[in-house]
Amino acid sequence: MGKLFGVILTIIALASAYPIVTHMYVQPVDISTHGHAIDEQLADTMAEAGLSFVLAQLLLAFCVWKFSNRKEGAKVFHVWGGAKLMVVGAFILVGTEVLALGVFGQKAWAAVYFTSPKPDALQVQAQAGQFAFYFRYPGPDGKFGPLHPDKIDEGNQNYFGLDPANDVEARDDIVTAELAIPVNREIHLLMHAKDVGHSFYVRELRIQQDFVPGLDLSLHFTATQAGHFEILCTQLCGLGHYNMKAYLSVLSQEDFEKWMKQKASEQ
Amino acid sequence: MSLTIHSPAVLPRLSGPPKGSESGIWIALFAITMSFAAFTSALFIREASTDWTHVAAPRVLFASTAVLLLSSLMMEASRRELDGSRAPKINEHGRSLAFVAATVLLGLTFVAGQYLAWRSLAAQGLYLATNPNSSFFYLLTGVHALHVLGGITALLYLFIQLAVQKSVRRNLLRGVVVYWHFMAALWLYLLVVICVRL
Amino acid sequence: MEEALKSQAHVHAPAEGFLWKYVFSLDHKVIGKQYYALALLSVFVGMVLSWLMRFHLVWPNAKIPGLALIAKTGAPGGIITPEYYLSLLTMHGTLMVFFVLTNAPFAGFGNYFLPIQIGAEDMAFPRFNMMSFWTTFVAFVVLIAAFFIPDGPPISGWTAYAPLSAIGKDAGPGLGWGQNLWVIAIGIFCIGQLLGSLNFIATTLDLRAKGMTLMRMPISTWAWFITSSIGLLAFAVLLPACVLLLLDRMAGTSFFIPSGLVVSDRLQNHAGGSPLLWQHLFWFFGHPEVYIAILPAVGIVSHVLTNSLRKPLLSAKVIIYSMMSIGFLSWMVWGHHMFVSGMNPFSSLLFSFPTLTITIPATIITLIWLGSLYGANIQINSASFFALGFISMFVSGGVSGFFLAQPSIDIYLHATYFVVGHFHMVMGVAAIFAIFSGTYFWFPKMTGRMMNETLGMLHFWITFVGTYCIFMPFHYLGLVGNVRRYASFVDDFMPALMPLHKFITIAALTTGAAQFIFLFNLIHSRFRGKPASANPWKGTSLEWSVPSPPPWNNFGRERPVVYHDPYQYGLKGSTGDFVMQTSPEQILNE
Repeated sequence: MGKLFGVILTIIALASAYPIVTHMYVQPVDISTHGHAIDEQLADTMAEAGLSFVLAQLLLAFCVWKFSNRKEGAKVFHVWGGAKLMVVGAFILVGTEVLALGVFGQKAWAAVYFTSPKPDALQVQAQAGQFAFYFRYPGPDGKFGPLHPDKIDEGNQNYFGLDPANDVEARDDIVTAELAIPVNREIHLLMHAKDVGHSFYVRELRIQQDFVPGLDLSLHFTATQAGHFEILCTQLCGLGHYNMKAYLSVLSQEDFEKWMKQKASEQ
Repeated sequence: MSLTIHSPAVLPRLSGPPKGSESGIWIALFAITMSFAAFTSALFIREASTDWTHVAAPRVLFASTAVLLLSSLMMEASRRELDGSRAPKINEHGRSLAFVAATVLLGLTFVAGQYLAWRSLAAQGLYLATNPNSSFFYLLTGVHALHVLGGITALLYLFIQLAVQKSVRRNLLRGVVVYWHFMAALWLYLLVVICVRL
Repeated sequence: MEEALKSQAHVHAPAEGFLWKYVFSLDHKVIGKQYYALALLSVFVGMVLSWLMRFHLVWPNAKIPGLALIAKTGAPGGIITPEYYLSLLTMHGTLMVFFVLTNAPFAGFGNYFLPIQIGAEDMAFPRFNMMSFWTTFVAFVVLIAAFFIPDGPPISGWTAYAPLSAIGKDAGPGLGWGQNLWVIAIGIFCIGQLLGSLNFIATTLDLRAKGMTLMRMPISTWAWFITSSIGLLAFAVLLPACVLLLLDRMAGTSFFIPSGLVVSDRLQNHAGGSPLLWQHLFWFFGHPEVYIAILPAVGIVSHVLTNSLRKPLLSAKVIIYSMMSIGFLSWMVWGHHMFVSGMNPFSSLLFSFPTLTITIPATIITLIWLGSLYGANIQINSASFFALGFISMFVSGGVSGFFLAQPSIDIYLHATYFVVGHFHMVMGVAAIFAIFSGTYFWFPKMTGRMMNETLGMLHFWITFVGTYCIFMPFHYLGLVGNVRRYASFVDDFMPALMPLHKFITIAALTTGAAQFIFLFNLIHSRFRGKPASANPWKGTSLEWSVPSPPPWNNFGRERPVVYHDPYQYGLKGSTGDFVMQTSPEQILNE
């Protein structure tokens, strides 16, 4: 049985590593400017963690194989180095990994969170509510009209609760169900929660941030590739959480302007 | 690893009465402190919102504070009658019983005083959900008062032990006394929080 | 003054009568078994809930027979609705984390064995102990009641984030009285845990037998002691959080709910509250809670391994200090659940450092175990194999935590199946393995009978392979970006992942079915198992010095005296390769 444990655990360890090593399940293409730092971090961590995983499992498998079912009267002994070796080993192994990943990992985090959006970033507001995302562009005046929760009227498509009759800035705001952005242009996404907590997740952008009711949060990012990408809600928000999604369309500057004109005329 | 065992030298096995636990009450106080620390942090975070306002502490709070501190004195007097090197006469129990009773009555008076403080706030239109400050006022005083009532229940148990059995376990007495003094100390802390931050 | 003040603790006489012997028993051994039984019931309910969830994910239109009777609105015609899926998810997590992982390794085995392992007759406060179990039981009943109310159980997850959990029924099905029952149940559970932790700490500090210094306590005792210290403070924070949530829900306060929320077309009448406040309070409890779940497991496995290896571990002291470090560090890391929550991003970096640092004591413990295996004489039985399996699972689960501890990687992996894989590996598998190990190990002591080893090994092999088949793929799903807590997978990239999901579901149903082998073994052996001696595993700690099962006051008329630590294995002598803690035999080079 001891040998069987060794064999089966070895198979399990190698079988677990196989899909990773052969890249069977990987992140989608990275279309962001900061994503490569995250992907590198992930790859480095996978290498270290993966190696530690396999080695530890193989070590366990070996020890159980070798030191079970021993002969009658077999001597027991401590491994050379004893506890001291293990403690020192742990500090070195983990200490270096922790330092390396913890210290170098800051760069990827900082790229997303410690930089401010450029002044000419395109501002778009996203509103998350049970169970859809809506987006608002400021229009030619470059200003967003104020939000009035008491004026929200989904039936009449006033998702944001705008009051164009009384608020000048709201008159040219463009509300859409799709987030279209021009490629290679920095986007400053203002995030507003209508009812409960939600989250904004685009796998290809390597970006995720919660919408918190009552807090003015924002994200900024630049998409480097045109295409159609899913925006997923990743904060449990109620029964429709699984179905709460929108599309991010990254368009050429020309196509984006056409799209904006089209949407403006539909308001 | 090849250690050998020698024949035993026969050593006596000891028996005796099982020990009681002296640390129990301190452990409980640790937990209660942690809970009020949680409420306090909630207060500090909530304070940052724009709707934070001000609620003046009703005057009766100071009177009930005095009552609670007096009850601590009574509790301490009761403890000294029972514990320590004073003359251990049976009829001393009469004095300690009286002090325990006084503690209970003063404790109940304190709770009544808290109720009056609530009434005073209600008269100003300040209820539990009126504003965050009033919420914390009712919350902190209410939770504290609940713990005081728990202490009063323990005091009643102590009273019955003394009255009926004419004796009480040392650990029980210590536990109740420490708890009661803690209720006063906790109240002083809450009073400062109420006056300074609410 | 000795007439007025008695020094002794209140010693209870052996109980008479069915109610006092088996129901409201003050005997820590009975209470331990009651906790274990409650955990057993909870784990089977929780497991069935997970089957329903896994079934629904791959066969969403399947009609589950009988389900329509329990869930008229949640599963009409037996087809699980999205909201019912979330109810199942919420109750699965709540039952497993609270009623299984806090109850079995800690309250169950701890109550039974802590007093015995330190040489005490019972816990310090037997009546509080009895009350702590029945309080926990009431909490269980209140929680389960949520299944039977018209609107069903809450859908906000075991984490109950505000404002979803705070607004009330406007926010969705199950969020009216379902959520109220949940909050009340958890609040009551906190009280039970506080009473229990108080007992564990006081007993360990005050009731040790003569010669039982702190360092002579077995590692399992240390684990229960450290866990109860954490638990005392952690549940003391969750209880206020539940109070605040209940006030927001029922009294109109606004601790967690800001102004201007429009839910179900209704403008909510709240203002100024902070949803992040709930997250801070909850995770300040929640992170230590997961160490409450794993540390007793670490203790049980260390205890079983010491015995199964027939040699001391490389250093018990190092393991004990490492457990203490984990306990200490556990208070500083709660923000790693909140990296993308909208919390100050600088705080995220601050939280990530202690999170990564906790890897050090965890690695030390793992290396000590692995290093101890080298040169051992491993005894093969169900208990030792589940302990060895634990090491494998602990490594697997720990390694995935390493990814999530880094905020930049968490941006991508947060809220994906990677997280679900991580915590299931450590809690849902590793901790459960430790419970199994402890059960096979201590069953003889608790019942006077041996469990069936053939069934035990069969249970081990199916569970060991099966749980890897279930939970390792979760990590692959997470790497692709498969989002968690989804009732159905409608995203464009999901069809390619459905075969893997089907594989997981089949593995889950199979492994789940194998647990009935364990259940059968448990019940059958209780009545028909081979009679067990006092020390069937040739153990050194105090529980093996008393009969199986122990008498009502554990040690009979005289309290034990302890001469050694419990690691005296691998020796040469006429009585075998070990020396018990109670044996006054002298050992060279101790």
